[in-house]
Amino acid sequence: MSLRTRRILWAYAFILIPLLFFIVIRAYPTLFAFNISLHDWNPLRTGDQPFIGIDNFARFLKDIADPNHVTRKAFENTAKYVLLGVPIQLALSLSIALLLNTIKRWVTLFRVIYFIPFVTSAVAVAWVWRSLYMPDFGAINLLLDAFHIPSQRFLLDINQSLPSVTAVVVWQGLGFAVIIFLAGLQQIPEVYYEAARVDGANRLQVFRGITIPLLNSSIVYLAVLQTIGFLRMFAEVLNLSRQGDGGPINSTTTVVLRVYREGFGSFNMGYAATLTVILFAIILVITIVQLRFLQRRFDY
Amino acid sequence: MRKTLKSLTFGAAAMALVLSACSGAAPAPTAAPAAPAKPVATTAPAPITIEYWQYNFASRIEAMNELIKQFEAENPGIKVVHNSEIPYDNFIDKVAASAPAGVGPDVVTLFNGWVPSWVNAGYLVPLPEKDFPPADLEKNFSAMILGTKFQGKYWTVPTAVRALALFWNKDHFKAAGLDPEKPPATLDEFVDYAKKLTIKDGDKITQQGFAVEMTGQAHQWFREVLSRQYGASPFTPDNKTLGYGDAKSCQAFKWLLAFETDYKTGSNDLFDGATTAFQNGKESMHIDGSFRLGALASKPDLKWGVAPLPTKDGIKANFGSFWTHGITKKGGSDPKRLEAATKFLKFITTPAAGLAWVKKTGELPAQLAAAADPDLAKDAKYGAFAKQLSYSYATFFVDEAKQRKNLIDAFDAVRLQKADPCVALADAVKKDQALYDEFWAKNK
Repeated sequence: MSLRTRRILWAYAFILIPLLFFIVIRAYPTLFAFNISLHDWNPLRTGDQPFIGIDNFARFLKDIADPNHVTRKAFENTAKYVLLGVPIQLALSLSIALLLNTIKRWVTLFRVIYFIPFVTSAVAVAWVWRSLYMPDFGAINLLLDAFHIPSQRFLLDINQSLPSVTAVVVWQGLGFAVIIFLAGLQQIPEVYYEAARVDGANRLQVFRGITIPLLNSSIVYLAVLQTIGFLRMFAEVLNLSRQGDGGPINSTTTVVLRVYREGFGSFNMGYAATLTVILFAIILVITIVQLRFLQRRFDY
Repeated sequence: MRKTLKSLTFGAAAMALVLSACSGAAPAPTAAPAAPAKPVATTAPAPITIEYWQYNFASRIEAMNELIKQFEAENPGIKVVHNSEIPYDNFIDKVAASAPAGVGPDVVTLFNGWVPSWVNAGYLVPLPEKDFPPADLEKNFSAMILGTKFQGKYWTVPTAVRALALFWNKDHFKAAGLDPEKPPATLDEFVDYAKKLTIKDGDKITQQGFAVEMTGQAHQWFREVLSRQYGASPFTPDNKTLGYGDAKSCQAFKWLLAFETDYKTGSNDLFDGATTAFQNGKESMHIDGSFRLGALASKPDLKWGVAPLPTKDGIKANFGSFWTHGITKKGGSDPKRLEAATKFLKFITTPAAGLAWVKKTGELPAQLAAAADPDLAKDAKYGAFAKQLSYSYATFFVDEAKQRKNLIDAFDAVRLQKADPCVALADAVKKDQALYDEFWAKNK
C-alpha cells in the first residue's frame, strides 16, 4: 500500500465516524418516523403497535379541511410566520449589515451586540420577552405609557400574538444573518465599486447592480435557512404562550408544537409522526423551489 | 453540472436540518419496543431494586423520601430508587420516552385523570387482587377512587387526595368593611363580595376581587361543581356521555364569565395569573386546591383563610383529584419484582402513610380512617378540605390536557372574540365528546 492510499484510507476512517453518527442519530430516526406514521403508535404501549396504514394521513386530511381545527391553525400560522418573518429578517439584517459595513470604528462591538441574542437560549429569550410584553407592568407598555400611547395586550391578544412572537424570533436570529451578510459584503472587491463610481453610477444603481447580485449566495443561504427555521418554530411558542398551548385560542400554535402535544401530551405518536412527515415534505419542496428560483448566475 | 452539484449539496444540508426537526419532535426508539428489561440477578439472597418515579414537587419528595426510608428499614431485601428529578411539564414526556426503551419506573405516581389512557396503552398492570381486594378499596378509601376503576379493575391506589376550596385575603376583607372571618357561603354572596373587594384606579384594576383562572382550577370548578350547582349532570354514570355543554351548564358558564366580562373584578391576564396575584396580595378571593397550602405557608405576610366552596340552593359539590400510584408493566414483569412493588405500594398507601403525608404536603389522607382523624377536621386549614371530601367528584378524563384546553378556548372565545357563551361552550363540549367517543370505541 502506497503512502497515498494509506493517507486516503485514514481520511475515510475519520469521515466514517461522523457519518455513522449521522446515520444512527439523524437518518435512522427520521426513517423510523415514516414507519411510526403508519401505526397507531402509543409510546406507553409495551406490546405491538397496531399497523393502520394511511389512517393517520386520512385523519390529517380531515383535520386540515376543518377551518377551526387546531391542526389547520398550526399549518396556517406556520405559513404566516414564514411569510412575515423571513422578509422582515432579511431586510433588517441586510440594512444593519450595510450600515455596519460603512462604519470604521466600533465594528466589533456592534457585531457582538447583534450576535449576543443568537447565542442565548431560546427559552431564556422567550421568558424575558414574555415579561417585556406583560400588559400591566411590562417594559414595553410602560414605555408606550410614557408617550401616552394606549397599552397593548401583545401576546394575550388574538391579533397581536402572532406578530409579537415573530418579532422575538426575528430579533433573536438577527445577529446571525448580519454576520453572514457582513462576510458577503466584505468579499465584494472594492474595485467594482470604484469602477461603478468612475462610470457615474448613483448609490441605488450600485446597490442594485453590484451589491445585491454579488450577495446572491448569502441571500439564498439565509432565505433557505430562515425559512426552515420558521417552519420548525417550537421553543419560542412553547415558552411565550401561557402553559405553552399556542394560545390565545391557537393563534400562535405551530406545526412542531402540534407534533409535541399530540405525541407526548396525547400519546398519539403515530399522528405526531404523520405531521412530521408532512412537514418534512413541505420543507423539502420549499427548499428545492427556493434553490431553483433564487439561485441565479451572474456574469461580469 | 456544477450547479446541480451545488444545489445537491445545499439540498443535503437542508435535509439534515429537517431531519433534526423530525428527530427532535418524535424521538424514535433506536431499538424496537422490546420486552421490559429483566433484572439481571434475582437469586434468592440478592436484594431487589425497584424504581419509583414521581414529578418534582418539593414537599412530596420529602414525604416520599421519609416513607422510603421506613420501608427499606422494614424490608431489608428491597431497595427503592426514588426518581423525582423530572419537572411536572416533562413528566409525561419522560415516562413516554422511557417506556419503549424498557426502562423507567416499576412504581409510578400519575394524575388520576391519566389512568384510563395509561391503562389503555397497556402501561400499567392491575393491582393484585389478593393484596388490594376491590371491596376493601371501596370500603376504606375516599369514594373518589371509584373514578379510576376502569375495565372493571383497579389499577392504582393513592396515598392522598385533594379538593378545591376558597382562599381569601383577610386584610382585603377588613379594608372593604367585610368580616374577615366570614367568607362568602353562596355563589350570590361570592359575586357580591368580589365586586366589593375590587379596587380600580381609573380603568386599571389594582386589586382584584376575584379572577377566573381557567388555566388553573377554574375549568375543574366549572365542570364538576358549578354545572352541578346549576342543575346539570356533567357525566353519565358510565362516563360515556357529557352533559356540561347543555343550557343549564351554560348558565353556570355565564356566571363564571361575568367576573371578567361584566363585573370586571379581575382577569387571569393580569399580575401574571390569578395564583401569583393572590400570593402577592393582588387578588382577594381565590379558588384553588389543597396543594396550594404549602406555597401559601411560605408567605408569612399574607393573612389568609380557607373555606369550603360556596354553595348554590344548598347544593354542595367539589372537584376531587389525586396523584395515584400504579405498578408498571416493567414492575409486573416477573413475580419477584411484582411482589416487591406490591409491598412498596401497600406501604405507601396505609392510613399512617396518609397522615404522615398530610403534614408535609397539605394533601388529605386517601384512607377514610385517616381522613376522619379528629385533629385533622379541627385544623383550620386542612379542615376546610376534609369536610368536602364526601361530596367531591373526581373527573373521568380521557385526555385531560385537551379537555382543559377546550374549556380555556371557549372562555377565551367569549372574552376575546365576543363569541356567544352557549355556542362556545357547546362547541368545546362537542370536541370533548368526540374524544370520549373515540376513547370508548377503542375500549368496548
